[in-house]
Amino acid sequence: MTATNERLLTILPAWNEAESITAVIKEIQRELPEVDILVVDDCSRDTTAAVARAAGAKVLRLPYNLGVGGARRLGYRYAAEHHYDIAVQMDADGQHDPRYVRDMVDALATADLVIGARFAGEGAYRVSGPRQWAMKLLSVALSAIAGTRLTDTTSGFRACRGELIEFYSRNFPVEYLGDTVDTIVQTRRSGYLISQIPVSMRPRQGGTPSASPAKSMVYLLRSGLALLLALVRR
Amino acid sequence: MRLVFVTAATGVVMVVVIFELLRRRQLREKYGALWLVVALAVLPLAFFPTLLDGFTSVLGIASGLSLFLFLSVVFLLLVSVHLSWESSRLEEETRCLSEEIALLRAEVAEFKESRERVNAP
Repeated sequence: MTATNERLLTILPAWNEAESITAVIKEIQRELPEVDILVVDDCSRDTTAAVARAAGAKVLRLPYNLGVGGARRLGYRYAAEHHYDIAVQMDADGQHDPRYVRDMVDALATADLVIGARFAGEGAYRVSGPRQWAMKLLSVALSAIAGTRLTDTTSGFRACRGELIEFYSRNFPVEYLGDTVDTIVQTRRSGYLISQIPVSMRPRQGGTPSASPAKSMVYLLRSGLALLLALVRR
Repeated sequence: MRLVFVTAATGVVMVVVIFELLRRRQLREKYGALWLVVALAVLPLAFFPTLLDGFTSVLGIASGLSLFLFLSVVFLLLVSVHLSWESSRLEEETRCLSEEIALLRAEVAEFKESRERVNAP
C-alpha cells in the first residue's frame, strides 16, 4: 500500500460520540496521514458533527436517525461518488485500532472484502452465554457460505475496494444485524471474495456495551432470524 | 329486523366516509377506488344479510354470514400485508432522500467555505 497512490477513505458511523470521536480521528490521522476520514453523524443529539469537523474529518449529518447500517451505506455512497479506491469502515468508539488498516489493505490484494476479526488469535476478547452461542452459530454458518474461515462475523472493522464500494453504496443492508450478517451472504453471492485478518480490539472509549443475559438472548434470536432471511433473500 | 337496520346504517356510513375522503383528495385514488368497490359490494348485503344464503348452501357452508366473515378476514389480512409492504417501500424512499440531503448539505458547506476563502484575502 505504501508505494501506490490509491485513495483510501475511512468511514466512521457515529451516534452521540462527541466525547470519544476526537481521539479516534486524531489517532487515524497520526497512523495513516494519507487517508481521508469521513464521519457519518447519525443525527446525534450531542455535538458529534461539530467536534468531528473541528478535528479535521469530513462530516455528513443525517437529518434523522437511520441506524448504524444506514449510516454505513451513506458512507459507501460517499466513497463511490468521490471515486475512492478503498473504503475502510470502523467504529467511532475507539474499539478498532487503525494500525491494522495497513494489514487489511494488503490483504485486499487477494480478496474483495477483508474483515478485521477478533477470536482469530490476537487480543483477549471474551464473551459467554447466549451471545457466545449466537456468535458461534453465525461464524459456523457464514464460514460455510463464504467458503473461508470467519471467526468474527459481526465485526464492524472491514475494508473493501473498487466495485464492492459501488455495490455497497446501493445494497448495503440497513436493518439490525443486516449490516454484519447479510453483507457477508450478499457479498459472497454476488461473487466477491471474503477473507479475514486477526486484530485485537480495545475496550470502548465511550458509550456502553449491551450485555445483559436477556439482551443476549434476544441477540441470539435476532441473529438466527437475520441469518435465515439472508439465506432466503434473492 | 333491527339487525338489518344496524348493518345497513354501517354500510351507508362507510360509503359516505370513503366518498367524502376521496372528494377532499385525502385518499390516493388507488386506495379510494378499492374501498369504494368494497363498500358498494357490501351495501346490498347490509340491507339483506340473507342474500348469500342460497349461494353458500351450494358450497356446503351453513350460513351466508360465515362465508362473508371468512372472506372479510382474508381480505383485511391481505390489505394489512399490502400496507406493510407499502410502508417498507416508503421507508426505503425516505432513507434515500435523507442520504441525498446529507450529501448535498456537505457539498453546499464545502462550496461556501471555498467561496469564503476566495473572498477573504
